[in-house]
Amino acid sequence: MSATTEAQTEEPTRRDFIHLLAGSVAAVGGAGLVVPLVHQMNPAASVLALSTKEVDLSAIEVGQAIKVFWQGKPVFIRRRSESEIEESTKTPVSALPDGIARNENDASLEATDEARVTGADGVARPEWLIVVGVCTHLGCIPLGTAQGEVKGDYNGWFCPCHGSHYDSAGRIRKGPAPENLAVPPYSFLSDTVVKIG
Amino acid sequence: MSHESTYKPGTAVEKWIDDRMPIVRLAYDSFVDFPTPKNLNYWYTFGGILAICLVVQILTGVILAMHYTPHVDHAFDSVEHIMRDVNYGWLMRYVHANGASMFFLAVYLHMFRGLYYGSYKEPREVLWILGVVIFLLMMATAFMGYVLPWGQMSYWGATVITNLFSAVPVIGNDIRTLLWGGFSVDNATLNRFFSLHFLLPFAITGVVILHIWALHVPGNNNPTGVEVKNVKKDTLPFHPYYTVKDAFAIAIFLVLFAGFVFFAPNALGHPDNYIEANPLSTPAHIVPEWYFLPFYAILRAITFDIGPISSKLGGVIAMFASILVLFVLPWLDTSKVRSMRYRPVAKMFFAVFVVVSLALGWLGGQPAEGAYVIWSQICTLYYFAFFLVVLPVLGITETPSTLPKSISEAVTKVAPKLEATGSAGSAAAQPAE
Repeated sequence: MSATTEAQTEEPTRRDFIHLLAGSVAAVGGAGLVVPLVHQMNPAASVLALSTKEVDLSAIEVGQAIKVFWQGKPVFIRRRSESEIEESTKTPVSALPDGIARNENDASLEATDEARVTGADGVARPEWLIVVGVCTHLGCIPLGTAQGEVKGDYNGWFCPCHGSHYDSAGRIRKGPAPENLAVPPYSFLSDTVVKIG
Repeated sequence: MSHESTYKPGTAVEKWIDDRMPIVRLAYDSFVDFPTPKNLNYWYTFGGILAICLVVQILTGVILAMHYTPHVDHAFDSVEHIMRDVNYGWLMRYVHANGASMFFLAVYLHMFRGLYYGSYKEPREVLWILGVVIFLLMMATAFMGYVLPWGQMSYWGATVITNLFSAVPVIGNDIRTLLWGGFSVDNATLNRFFSLHFLLPFAITGVVILHIWALHVPGNNNPTGVEVKNVKKDTLPFHPYYTVKDAFAIAIFLVLFAGFVFFAPNALGHPDNYIEANPLSTPAHIVPEWYFLPFYAILRAITFDIGPISSKLGGVIAMFASILVLFVLPWLDTSKVRSMRYRPVAKMFFAVFVVVSLALGWLGGQPAEGAYVIWSQICTLYYFAFFLVVLPVLGITETPSTLPKSISEAVTKVAPKLEATGSAGSAAAQPAE
């Protein structure tokens, strides 16, 4: 009788406390379970182990470009000619749809030509342009690497899927793509060997 | 509709089961003696047709999974193995691939039916919303299934669609990596798509059961949109009247289905998908399957930035919004009259909507340039205006024509002389009475 009246007052009972505690433990446990259930979808260790690649550049002539396969995607490595470097250097950042360098070696840079060719050591090597060959619009592979392919209106790359034009520094100039071609993290191990990733 | 159970266990065994788990009673009350409006036309047969489609897809899909290998090195070859070596493998695969198209054909007709006759309106909102959920699950299932043969269109279609998620601000790229399980569409992606493609049809089955449950509480809508007022006069038992009508429609539908499977099995597919996936080379023209084309057109129609929203994100938002708007349709349409049969103005806007939907489908298959883009934009504008402007406004401004007092009246008044001259004629016309 007295217990019933006690339960009706505001004072929480031992039972309320146990309910609250058990409920909280179950909720935290449930939330904790979500972590492995979701995180298993992220790249596995074996995928991550293949995340760097060393490339020998000695065979690439001036004006030539190659495609290498890195992290399941093509990377374009272009040995640029003097005229290509000059053309790109002259372009003011204000004329670019995307003014950010998109360089994973230094995320703070503006999209100048120099910033696009800067490696992890902070040194700019204008001769070597290294970009991920995936259009930033919807992920197609732009044309312009192999000899004879269309290079677009800005002498760089052209994406056939939805018509994006990139310049000789891999920066978006025209078309639906929102960003410049990404510059992957890379460092030169010697004058002719570069490690991507 | 909810009604008194009329099931009488015929044998002692049925009685014994009925006392313990009345599953026979449930089936009897749902699919045999279920009171159904007597005026349903052939547009109402697509529910049954869709049930058959789901069964066909699950049956052929489970069989294909016995012969298919979800690995980037073997997937393409295992599909060719199914086509060439497995006994009747070609049949299973062609039925499954064309079955997806037939499924979407039927679901689109089913949805247009619901739109025209106002089947989404009170008290059928939950029924409609569950239908939209099924439609979304179907799209996800079909998309992942198309990736499995690992052809060029599989690979690049998957690449383009998963890249849509990178349009999400801040966390977009992390979401994309999470979906891929790597740094591009690769083996991990193929594996998880296979797993989910196997799972989702059973999720669809679950929601279909809820869909039928939600249908059986208020009962079927009908072409007049007038509710059943007198069960005896306005309805017929589902069996045999609608089991037979549905069966006939299913048979006609299967003729079309078989026509595709046996005479034009690749007509709805894309030849590029018979080239094995190559991550280093993009096909010149990436197109999704025909049933996604209207939404693809809407995605590509947004070619301009809207304030801080980039054109890429804007396109993704527009595409998802074009389906999500269906969820709130029951509250957007303000008209009390269900069926457009009695809405002379809405009927015309609806006709334009159907044409616009088909036009979007055609535009989605064209290259995104010049006049195609402008027409896509005009059609996209109309698509959204139909739901967000036309239906809300028309409900207030339109004067509907006179509704019949009941389903029975709507059906019988077409032959007033028969009814007047004697009972023989009307009895023949309405066997249930």
